Amino acid sequence: MLSVQDLHLSFGGIKALQGVSFTARRGQITAIIGPNGAGKTSLFNAISGFYRPDRGKVVFDGQDIFALRPDRRAALGIARTFQNIALFRGMSVLDNIKLGAHTRLGAGVFDALRYFGRAQAEELALRADIEARIIDFLEIDHIRKAPISALPYGLQKRVELGRALAMQPRLLMLDEPVAGMNREETEDMARFILDVQEEFDITILLVEHDMHLVMDICSHVVVLNFGQQIAEGTPDQVRRDPAVIEAYLGAAA
Amino acid sequence: MITGNLKSSYATDEQVLNNRWKRLFLWLCIAGLGLIAAFGNNYIILIACQMGIMLIAVTGVNVVIGYTGLMSLGHAAFLAIGAYAVVIFHNAAGAIIPESLLTLAAIPFAVLVSAIAGVIVGLPSLRVKGLYLAVATLSANFIVLFLIEESFSAPWTGGVNGINTPTPNLLGWEMDTRREQFVLIATLAVLGLLAAQNLFRTRVGRAFIAIRDRDYSAEILGISLYRYKLISFAISAAYCGLAGALFAYFYARILPEQFELHLSLMLVAAIIVGGMGRTMGPVFGVIIIVMVPELIKVVFGALAGGGAELAMIRAPIQEIAFGALIVGFLLFEPFGITQIVDRGLRALNRWPFARG
Ligand SMILES: Nc1ncnc2c1ncn2[C@@H]1O[C@H](COP(=O)(O)OP(=O)(O)O)[C@@H](O)[C@H]1O
Ligand SMILES: [Mg+2]
Repeated sequence: MLSVQDLHLSFGGIKALQGVSFTARRGQITAIIGPNGAGKTSLFNAISGFYRPDRGKVVFDGQDIFALRPDRRAALGIARTFQNIALFRGMSVLDNIKLGAHTRLGAGVFDALRYFGRAQAEELALRADIEARIIDFLEIDHIRKAPISALPYGLQKRVELGRALAMQPRLLMLDEPVAGMNREETEDMARFILDVQEEFDITILLVEHDMHLVMDICSHVVVLNFGQQIAEGTPDQVRRDPAVIEAYLGAAA
Repeated sequence: MITGNLKSSYATDEQVLNNRWKRLFLWLCIAGLGLIAAFGNNYIILIACQMGIMLIAVTGVNVVIGYTGLMSLGHAAFLAIGAYAVVIFHNAAGAIIPESLLTLAAIPFAVLVSAIAGVIVGLPSLRVKGLYLAVATLSANFIVLFLIEESFSAPWTGGVNGINTPTPNLLGWEMDTRREQFVLIATLAVLGLLAAQNLFRTRVGRAFIAIRDRDYSAEILGISLYRYKLISFAISAAYCGLAGALFAYFYARILPEQFELHLSLMLVAAIIVGGMGRTMGPVFGVIIIVMVPELIKVVFGALAGGGAELAMIRAPIQEIAFGALIVGFLLFEPFGITQIVDRGLRALNRWPFARG
């Protein structure tokens, strides 16, 4: 599904990624873990097209997407959320989610100026689809008209997931989806992520610090440390890996 | 806060005129325009025409500055292009196209040429933002006027001396009075405003707002910044081109100096005063921006009875008044009159009881 091969990325002197290679299998949840500054977000940025790696390959569904701009990658079916939430704060929940569907809609400028006709039909179908598939699913019907800036952090994270789902992506990348959440919110989010994997059959790439969550819901784990990939395997394999224990679990425990 | 909204379908919920007051307001406005056309005296017609032309232009400026967040200090150039395109079209095609169809062809031509110019002037927005973009668009204004004034284009444009403009003729209806032209201007202004509002009910308008609010986030949703920034410039230039075309029909003669920086600044002032990125922003802004010079004129008339010395300082006073309006609103009411009106309506909605 997604395969990253020997990725190198540096900012001036800082080597953010040094030879990262892994494959995220179709329909599975792959976790990227590692201490702060390990390069996890940089890896996401390289996959979604914000950073241009110095070297390496990013192959999505058999297509080399290395040279594509972020919006082209999104159109191919790559969606993501951000570590520090990148919703449109002045817009309502509904408008944010509608924006996720941008590439699936077809109204052009003239349809839009006229509205009645193609644009209206499309917008009403979209509204019904979002209500049924996303708003109900994520249990956010009570806030659909609320502006993002009025929502608590946990709900904002959920809306951002909703916006990504509106893209009907084939690959969903979540950057620390439960960071800063309490126990209950974390459990809700974990349930949503598992439901997404099941119901929508989406390949998921997850950056996370919460080791319990990772061990619970992921089938494959990639461990980064100082930009280097120090381990890869099932949660059990990784947990027992001496390099991982030393670099990460050891330091945390 | 009103909690229940009793909407029974998504279609009703997606309506813009979603309550009886908004619908009533629209009909009252249209009735008001009808009354002006039927009974307004010459002065009212003149002011209303000026407002209508400006409204179309400012609606366009609102798309690019207010909704897409791209600064422009050069939109007077598109009015110039629209105005000169109409005159040149009439002069060049007058021999081929029958008189009664000329206006129907000239206006779309002017809009198209302006839209294309908008794409070209918008190119720098792909690389720069804010102040740099303001300067880039400002120079576009100078370049367009320079090209119009130059001797090689003077045979078509009349150069610095300007050129006489044709009378509009819609399928044999010769609009040789301002009252008749008001009907044309008002119709196009209302349609233009509604069309602009429609944009923001669809993916196109949402993409503009997304680019304004957080451009990298727009990109990961698959919105091409290149494409939509240029579309935004093209749409706003098209509106200004339409305003320019009507401007040419409305005045007997057009001159390059009418489209200088001061006009671009007026357009920006109107949208700041009215309310950026709001449907009614251009309406409120244009009313103020057209009325301020008129008020200054009245006050000066009362003071001096039209003395020559005072008339000399009237122009600079007008500029100062615009400057003060811009600064004042940016400091104290950055979302413009629309915001003030919203506050008023909310208060009215609660009166005499707090509902909610
Ligand atoms: N845009 C950037 N410019 C310079 N350095 C950066 C940039 N983005 C990330 N880095 C650096 O790359 C390293 C990895 O950062 P990041 O990918 O954010 O780590 P993580 O998400 O694993 O905490 C850090 O040392 C960080 O300072
Ligand atoms: Mg990070």
